[in-house]
Amino acid sequence: MFSNILIYFVVIPLVMLGLLAICRDVKQIRAVAVTGSLALIGLSIWVLCEYLRLRAGGNTDEMLFMGSWSWFTPLNINLAVGVDGISIAMLLLSSIIVFAGSFASWKIEMPKEFFLWLILLSTGVFGFFISIDMFTMFMFYEVALIPMYLLIGVWGSGNKEYSAMKLTLMLMGGSAFLMLGLIGIYYHSAPEGQPLTWNLLEIAQNDSISKGWQYFLFPMTFVGFGVLGAMFPFHTWSPDGHASAPTAVSMLHAGVLMKLGGYGCFRVAMYLMPTAANDLAWIFLILTGISVVYGAFSACVQTDLKYINAYSSVSHCGLVLFAILMINTTAMTGAIMQMLSHGLMTALFFALIGMIYGRTHTRDIRLMGGLMKIMPFLAVCYVIAGMASLGLPGLSGFVAEMTIFVGSFEHADFFHRAFTIVACCSIVITAVYILRVVGKLLFGPVYDEHHLTLTDATWWERLSTVTLIVCVAAIGCFPNFFANLIRFTFDPAFFRALGM
Amino acid sequence: MAVTLPLLILVLPLTMFLVLGLLGNKMSHRFAGVLGTLSMGATATMAYIVAFTYFFSGSPEFIDAETGDRLQAVIFNVDWLHFYKDLTIRLGFLLDPISALLLVVITTISFMVHLYSNGYMEGEKGFQRYFAFLSLFSFSMLGLVVATNIFQMYIFWELVGASSYLLIGFYYTKPSAVSASKKAFIVTRFADLGFLIGILILSFYTGQFTFTDFTSALVDGTTNVYQVSEASAEAVRNIFQTSAAPMFMGASVLTWALVLIFMGGMGKSAMMPLHIWLPDAMEGPTPVSALIHAATMVVAGVYLVARLFPLYLMEVSALEIVTIVGAVTAFYAAMVACTQVDIKRVLAFSTISQIAFMMVALGVARPDIHEGMGYMAGMFHLFTHAMFKALLFLGAGALIHAVHSNDYTSMGGLRKYMPITHITFLIGCLAIAGIWPFSGFFSKDEILSACFEQHVFWGIWMTMVAGLTAFYMFRLYYRIFWWNEPDYGHHKPHDAPWTMSVPLIFLALVSVCAGWIPFGELVTWNGEPYHIHIDWGFVAPLSLGVAVIGIILATVMYRKENALPDKVANSVHWLWNCCYHRFYWDELYMFITHKIIFQGICRPIAWFDRHVIDGAMNGMAFVTNKLSYAIRGFQSGSVQMYVWWYLIGALLLGGILTVCIL
Repeated sequence: MFSNILIYFVVIPLVMLGLLAICRDVKQIRAVAVTGSLALIGLSIWVLCEYLRLRAGGNTDEMLFMGSWSWFTPLNINLAVGVDGISIAMLLLSSIIVFAGSFASWKIEMPKEFFLWLILLSTGVFGFFISIDMFTMFMFYEVALIPMYLLIGVWGSGNKEYSAMKLTLMLMGGSAFLMLGLIGIYYHSAPEGQPLTWNLLEIAQNDSISKGWQYFLFPMTFVGFGVLGAMFPFHTWSPDGHASAPTAVSMLHAGVLMKLGGYGCFRVAMYLMPTAANDLAWIFLILTGISVVYGAFSACVQTDLKYINAYSSVSHCGLVLFAILMINTTAMTGAIMQMLSHGLMTALFFALIGMIYGRTHTRDIRLMGGLMKIMPFLAVCYVIAGMASLGLPGLSGFVAEMTIFVGSFEHADFFHRAFTIVACCSIVITAVYILRVVGKLLFGPVYDEHHLTLTDATWWERLSTVTLIVCVAAIGCFPNFFANLIRFTFDPAFFRALGM
Repeated sequence: MAVTLPLLILVLPLTMFLVLGLLGNKMSHRFAGVLGTLSMGATATMAYIVAFTYFFSGSPEFIDAETGDRLQAVIFNVDWLHFYKDLTIRLGFLLDPISALLLVVITTISFMVHLYSNGYMEGEKGFQRYFAFLSLFSFSMLGLVVATNIFQMYIFWELVGASSYLLIGFYYTKPSAVSASKKAFIVTRFADLGFLIGILILSFYTGQFTFTDFTSALVDGTTNVYQVSEASAEAVRNIFQTSAAPMFMGASVLTWALVLIFMGGMGKSAMMPLHIWLPDAMEGPTPVSALIHAATMVVAGVYLVARLFPLYLMEVSALEIVTIVGAVTAFYAAMVACTQVDIKRVLAFSTISQIAFMMVALGVARPDIHEGMGYMAGMFHLFTHAMFKALLFLGAGALIHAVHSNDYTSMGGLRKYMPITHITFLIGCLAIAGIWPFSGFFSKDEILSACFEQHVFWGIWMTMVAGLTAFYMFRLYYRIFWWNEPDYGHHKPHDAPWTMSVPLIFLALVSVCAGWIPFGELVTWNGEPYHIHIDWGFVAPLSLGVAVIGIILATVMYRKENALPDKVANSVHWLWNCCYHRFYWDELYMFITHKIIFQGICRPIAWFDRHVIDGAMNGMAFVTNKLSYAIRGFQSGSVQMYVWWYLIGALLLGGILTVCIL
């Protein structure tokens, strides 16, 4: 079992949990968190290199580093792992954000408990991305969701109990749909007389879910994951949840957890039920199309920094689902790139908002102004994050959005065209709300005299933000590497079923 | 041509941006300024070498040995992002007459502005940041003009927008500068939306981003891409007609694409009705206005149309739209310029008007009229305008530097105190007014000739605007340097230091001489040399005459302090007010953005989200909560109650069973 490299994505966090449990002071805790997250980054880079080497060597398997260990034989549940380019991209993203998040929570209260829950959460995230068995996938999914309740309820701010409850209940509601969908898929996973299976690849191979069942199960799973992907109208947990969550949790949640939604939508819903995906895509296209502009318009009038960013996430994550539903290689490549881009960008935003909040003790943009003069480093980082968000070339947002738009425009019918143009409009609205915040918060005269004594970023804060900015710029400057990593995953297996 | 020099032209400013941006804080002001200026000087030198090689080396790479036509040469082209099939964004370096021309213009002006800024920005906070942004802008603008494909152009198009945003908002503690920068970015972003959709349409139907492939290479693979022969034009038209959606709302897809792309150009080049950001953009430092908002970035729209000119030729209706937009804008901006008080705003409106001249020139250009003279004239005017307008702005900067105000009301009689500024400014005014032998005369004359050739209406219209130009420029000139002298107090205004004077003198010399460049030999739409001849029979005397009348009028009204201007203003009171308030465009936009979009769309959506969508979620929780409270009484633990309910249940069940059986 331990000869498989992927399993270490779960083992390392578990070891970290064990070590954290015996840590005695905050220094040890930090050391464990930093070493562990560095190890995870190293591991994901190593997996990436190995993956590229194997692919270059002519390996055309759908998934690499596959492994499967029986867990509960009567129901054929296995711990089955395997990765392709998309999962690797997601693993890289997760490890980077865990790393940045550890630095962003350098001075958190009750560090031991906090990091225990945070690392448990990331165990779930990593487990989710390496699983190809639906049952273990779902289990890891839940492992990632539950700690959120405590992290927000205990370490949060504002109306935290309400927000924690709301977030958990809404996501659990999504899980209920999801579970129904997954069990339904399981019972139709193989033709009559053959053993049923939870394994994604086998189910796709069997292709035995009847059209009628697909029509029922596709919306179940898509909505189930869509709730976590902040799909309209199931997105309202996001503004409240993010507003109350502590910095690192917001980062992880918006940066990684929301990607679980998009990833699940495409890996489970679209991949296993192509017929329904093709036929029903239009319904969800309308919903996600609305998400894109609706989130952006809502963000324009918010005054709380975290609300602005949460609504902007609704808009950007809507674009992810929107692109997935376009069902063609280019748009889907764009969707995965948008996941990467949004993950890094929004983590950066939440980190910066946390740092600003830690100093000014307010997130209301009406009560701040002229921060550029007081904390230039943080302010410059905020401008860069904003520029990435509004799609400035050279940063990650641009390449992801352009790939999505070009891909979506491949559909020559009026319906798709119209929605593509609607989605394109979001680039203008995004510019409006980003520049509004930047203009009010960072530029202009200093609003509050008390802010003049505040200090700029500390070294750990700098490290956290610079890491994220470098990644954002790397995707923005060398997009072809990432695009190819993702695109070749879509050939040929994925579209075999979708008939492309 | 070797890759080194062209590559360095792009890499050097980018490196300088990174160096000054990241390490600027560790440098002294002087070091940062000198470093930035020297590197820009080096870039300019390299650009001159490249342009000179292109125009005069006679290498077969650049010129067709038999016909003498100039060719397009792709120096390098790297894949940046692949989409599908042949659709790939490449970053490359395209050398052809217009890109070589723009290389020279951009690097010259940028170098002059760098030099000038050393004096102008002395002692400002954020001096290093200023030079870093200037380098970023130069990099983006150079990348834009050498783009080999439309998506590369879009990338750098966005980057120049961002650097313009950063530079307009350079004085970030000033609220007016912040809102001006925001306005500039958002208005141009809105225009870019059109550009983007246009690109999507065009690339979808042609399967290409590359300029060369849009046109002739698509058909016969020849290297000379200007040659839109009848056959190739026909083939491209066929592509659009056989596609799935060739018509949309009564116009062909190609027309839609071209008009949408032109919308992007309208945004950047401040054509009506997307012009509102440019006057506000004057909040930036004056050298920035000279570089970005007069000479280089704002002509990007003109460049875009010129770049896609072969395509526009295929849809003449799109070109007609270009003409109309240009002509209306030219007149509008000239009218407004006659009434403004802020000298930078006068220059801003004059810029809008002059760019509109170039647009009109492109719009009226047809291959069958004087071999596409309008195209050549537009590019010629782009070149001369860049020089004299940068000169005027830098002159204005020197004036503002001296009297610390933007309003001409606090100037007057300055010719005595600032002789260098006076002479150079006068040269700039003569050039823009189109007086022989200054450069503006030649380019404007070509434009007017092209207009008259196309239709006499455009000819007369643009001649009228040319007259207005002469009038408002000399109005400005007299108000600043003559009129009545206000009290300057102890500190009499004086000429600027050499770092500021040298650029003025240099640009003045160029503005005098540039007209004698045999421009038609170098830049034409199809690469064939064209011999400029001034039409002394009709157009030249007409345009000269109109300009002289404009100048005489201005002299009468503004040379000495008198009541005539007020009288004139009062006699056409309403017109004057309209012009002074720029025909209320800003108010209209304010109404649309604030009252309709912000209050009418954003707020209701936010309310809807909080109260309806989220309300439904909370409502569900509320109902569940209430329901559980309501039924929790059943679990009271009281045995009597349980027996009671048991009995009722049993009786009911019994009753139902009885009924069923019976």
